[in-house]
Amino acid sequence: MANYMELLAFGDSGWGDELAHGVLVTVTLALATLPLGLLIGFLIAVAKNSSEPLLRNAAHVYTTIFRGLPELLTLFLIYYGGQMAMSALWRLLFGHPFEVNSYLAGMIALALMFSSYASEVFLSAFKGITVGQYEGAYALGLSRFRTMLLIILPQLVRLALPGLSNLWLILLKDTSLVSVIGLTDLLRNTNIAVGVTKQAFFFFFVACSLYLVMSIISSVGLRRVSAWAERGQGRH
Amino acid sequence: MTYIDAPSTERPPAARRRTWTSARVTGLVLMMLWAALGLSIVYMLVVGYDPEKVTKYGPRILSGIWVTVKLVAMSIVLGALISIPVVIGRLSHNPIIGGIAFGYSYFFRGTPLLAQTFLVYYGAGQFTDVLKAAGLWVFFRDAYFCAVFTFSLNTAAYQAEILAGAIRAVPSGQWQAADALGLRPFTTMFKVILPQALITALRPYGNEVILMIKGSAIASIITVLDLMGQTRYAFSKTYDLQIYIWAAVIYLLTVEVLRRLWEMMERRLTRHLRR
Repeated sequence: MANYMELLAFGDSGWGDELAHGVLVTVTLALATLPLGLLIGFLIAVAKNSSEPLLRNAAHVYTTIFRGLPELLTLFLIYYGGQMAMSALWRLLFGHPFEVNSYLAGMIALALMFSSYASEVFLSAFKGITVGQYEGAYALGLSRFRTMLLIILPQLVRLALPGLSNLWLILLKDTSLVSVIGLTDLLRNTNIAVGVTKQAFFFFFVACSLYLVMSIISSVGLRRVSAWAERGQGRH
Repeated sequence: MTYIDAPSTERPPAARRRTWTSARVTGLVLMMLWAALGLSIVYMLVVGYDPEKVTKYGPRILSGIWVTVKLVAMSIVLGALISIPVVIGRLSHNPIIGGIAFGYSYFFRGTPLLAQTFLVYYGAGQFTDVLKAAGLWVFFRDAYFCAVFTFSLNTAAYQAEILAGAIRAVPSGQWQAADALGLRPFTTMFKVILPQALITALRPYGNEVILMIKGSAIASIITVLDLMGQTRYAFSKTYDLQIYIWAAVIYLLTVEVLRRLWEMMERRLTRHLRR
């Protein structure tokens, strides 16, 4: 037991600080992806909600592709494909190759996956808002942009929150895939620790527990956000 | 009030002419972008067609597809079997049994599949002696079996939540009515509750199969040569991005065909519920 505590100690002898750093990378990656994914997802949902068939179809193609591809494959396509494309471009422009950052590649791949699912969540939330809301805003003389910002969006947040909470938990878990392209997240650092100490079961169990703790903290936080969003609904 | 009876002489309003709204322009531009992307991929696949690579890696990719199919089918079936006791636990009123089932389901749904796979595959290596003594080492030293084992446990947790939720969604009046008719609990479950619950569960089950197909790509990281594994192997030998594109097309087609089939099946099975 004491042996295991030593393995998790912070400092040169233990792996505690490496794992903590990994947790930090995992959390920041998920947090950095979130706004990007939400923004793209929202825009795709608006496009799907449009009366213009061309725009709707363009949005549906996006969802079909990024919801149908395995997460790992999307990541590799972005990482290696991006690497090749950017290198060719850079060599053309500056005469030297370009190194694609695994953090950025991971962020883009995760945002693509997150946004395609988020757009479906937003779309069904849009369906929960009655036509009367749009008509009321129109009667008040609000522009389309202000209708969206002041009338629709505040209601949309409440309706979309349960679905988005699920997607956040999935995003948090999917960040682990980025360890495969070399980003030193929690799982990558755990792998390094295992390689040195040969305590595979112990370290991977610790990593799983840390992921669990992150989900539990997220769930508690999300419940608070949900209570805040539901505050006008008269039930808590 | 003559105008009510009078047949309308008015012609229907002319269809509104479609104008170039900003939404339409954006839609057109985006569709053209998709078309350009699609055409450039087709162009890349046609121009980059290399018979040597196809004869060299084609059979490997095909065997990879077969491994993926086996992996997913076995995991889904085994997961369905494992999920039965978990569902019983999740629906049990006993706090200990319920707690264990909840813990199981929470662990497997709250941690990444990749981490679970590492836990089983590399973690088993730490218990070589114990596993050898138990005669299980043959099983756990094989990456493929480890993947099946992990995926089954993982999907069992998700399937249990789907089924438990669907059973809970059946109105309690159904239980009471079956009770009033004097049906035994076993008969109530299989003849009254489950047929209704499975219809609710149909769509989430389909989603779970699709998630499993996509998730099975993770097996490639512990050296299983599934579709993703063979693709990675071929890419590492050739540095040809085409191979990833082919894999993407195969995965996308599989998922899309399955989704359509599932939708058809659902429409057929719920035809008595439509009005």
